[in-house]
Amino acid sequence: MVQFNQPRNDRPGDPGYEQHLAAFEARLARGDRVEPGDWMPNDYRHQLIRLIHVHANSEICGALPEGGWIPHAPTFKRKLALCAKVQDEVGHAQLLYRACETLGKSREEMIEELLSGKAKFSNVFHYHAQTWADVAVIAWLIDAAAIVNQTMMAEGSYGPYARALKRICYEEAFHLTHGYDMCITLATGSKLQRAMLQDALNRWWTPIMMFHGPSDKESKHTQLLMRWRIKLKTNDQQRQYFLKKYLPKIFNLGLTVPDPELRYDEQTKEWRYTEPDWEEFKSVVNGNGPASALRLQARRMAHEEGRWVREALAAAASGRTVPMSGAVRVN
Amino acid sequence: MSRALFQPKLADDWQTAVADLLVRLADDELVIGHRNSEWTGLAPILEADIAFSSMAQDEIGHALAYYRLLHELGYPDPDTMAFLREPQDFRCASLVSIPKGDWSVSIVRQFLYDTAETVRLEALCDSAYEPLASLARKLRTEEKYHLLHGKTWLHRLGDATDESHRRVQTALDLLWPHALGLFEPTRWDRTLANERIQPSEPTLAQEWRARVEPLLTDASLVAPEGVEPLFGGRVGRHPPSLAELIAAMQKVFRLDPGAQW
Repeated sequence: MVQFNQPRNDRPGDPGYEQHLAAFEARLARGDRVEPGDWMPNDYRHQLIRLIHVHANSEICGALPEGGWIPHAPTFKRKLALCAKVQDEVGHAQLLYRACETLGKSREEMIEELLSGKAKFSNVFHYHAQTWADVAVIAWLIDAAAIVNQTMMAEGSYGPYARALKRICYEEAFHLTHGYDMCITLATGSKLQRAMLQDALNRWWTPIMMFHGPSDKESKHTQLLMRWRIKLKTNDQQRQYFLKKYLPKIFNLGLTVPDPELRYDEQTKEWRYTEPDWEEFKSVVNGNGPASALRLQARRMAHEEGRWVREALAAAASGRTVPMSGAVRVN
Repeated sequence: MSRALFQPKLADDWQTAVADLLVRLADDELVIGHRNSEWTGLAPILEADIAFSSMAQDEIGHALAYYRLLHELGYPDPDTMAFLREPQDFRCASLVSIPKGDWSVSIVRQFLYDTAETVRLEALCDSAYEPLASLARKLRTEEKYHLLHGKTWLHRLGDATDESHRRVQTALDLLWPHALGLFEPTRWDRTLANERIQPSEPTLAQEWRARVEPLLTDASLVAPEGVEPLFGGRVGRHPPSLAELIAAMQKVFRLDPGAQW
């Protein structure tokens, strides 16, 4: 925490900053984890808050497109699995907001910033989930892309975030299995089901290619994040890893990918692809995606409609209620 | 196959009565689970969201277990029961299909429903129909937590602020006749009671009221008086909300009912 009654020493130019920074970077070089009470550069704190906040927002906004399909899930198995998956995403949001609170920003503040449009959430949740096959593609490929990112971030330098990510990755692995199973079922199913799946993949491919963020050439934060081991791989490295792992599986299901430039370069051992339109990406994450307004509106409605409940809980916590006989008070 | 099916003393009436009861139990659980799952991602606080979603999954899981017992009696498989029956074939009470409303409606419903389910499951633990008794003993352990959740929320909201009190009392007034409808007598009541499969519906209703009313009083709420129960669900007469719910639930499955989903 920043101690306001002491002179600051966590920004360039503050007295003692350089010495602290040298010791901090030496710790990182040894592979030490940074914990909440430790000295950290103000920039480190702010980069982490920005990342974790966006991640937490993405979990609760990500609950919306899939949550909307829980009522339509077509078998008991799918209904239970989807409900559990979306519940996990809400749980991840809770974990991540908590991790972010250790850096000095409250959950309420973060939620307010999400609702006002000031704070961002992942590009993929700015699109509509139009059919059941979209739910399958999201659960398989978007969760797969998220695992690539989060497994790497789980090795990062900030303790609370790394530990939250360990648990999140463990749960995401189940989601991926559930999503892959749905995709296999559709891909090996009736003509209608195969067409649904291909159509969903066609619509989701561009957002998925954008998921790991702007190309290294354009990413303004990557260098600093890697220097402080918040991030261990660049956006392009993550994208390449995802393609290497999942494209063969996609082709195995008899699916095609809507990118005429896509080919494997035997020399570099990398996939070549059409560079996503990063201006479009920026516009989408800034709230101009097809479903951006809908997602924010849904969250604002839920927040507004829940206001009286939160007020009642606050009043109950302040002791207005009389204890009930035979009931356990959950604090 | 359950052993009970092969017991020669089973008369046709006996089996039909058991099956009718199982359909009611299964449909109530499926429909309330479906309604409660609609909160996933939208509840007033994250912790409440997670808890409500867990209960929804428990309820859907309970429905599945009841449909499996029906399947053992020769009924279609659980997915066919849930995703291909017409609304009028469902035997749920109207309480479970009412739209989720605001948090007060869902919390009061959860409290009323889970108290009723607890009363019923306790009775079913001693059922002469062993597959049901054995399932009831298992489900009761989960119900304990649902009931604790319902009681705790009701108590918190009943008396916290003027607004929360007003909302919860209004929800209670709305839901009360539907909750009484959970105990709609059926033509199988006597058979079920005589064969010691389940006590009669009025007996269960009495026990439920005896448990619910003191808890309402503790939460500064008043049970409506002189209200007639809303019956019909147990014979397939439902409010329009059920048909809407079933249409939403079956939307994807019915795109290609012959396919694996």
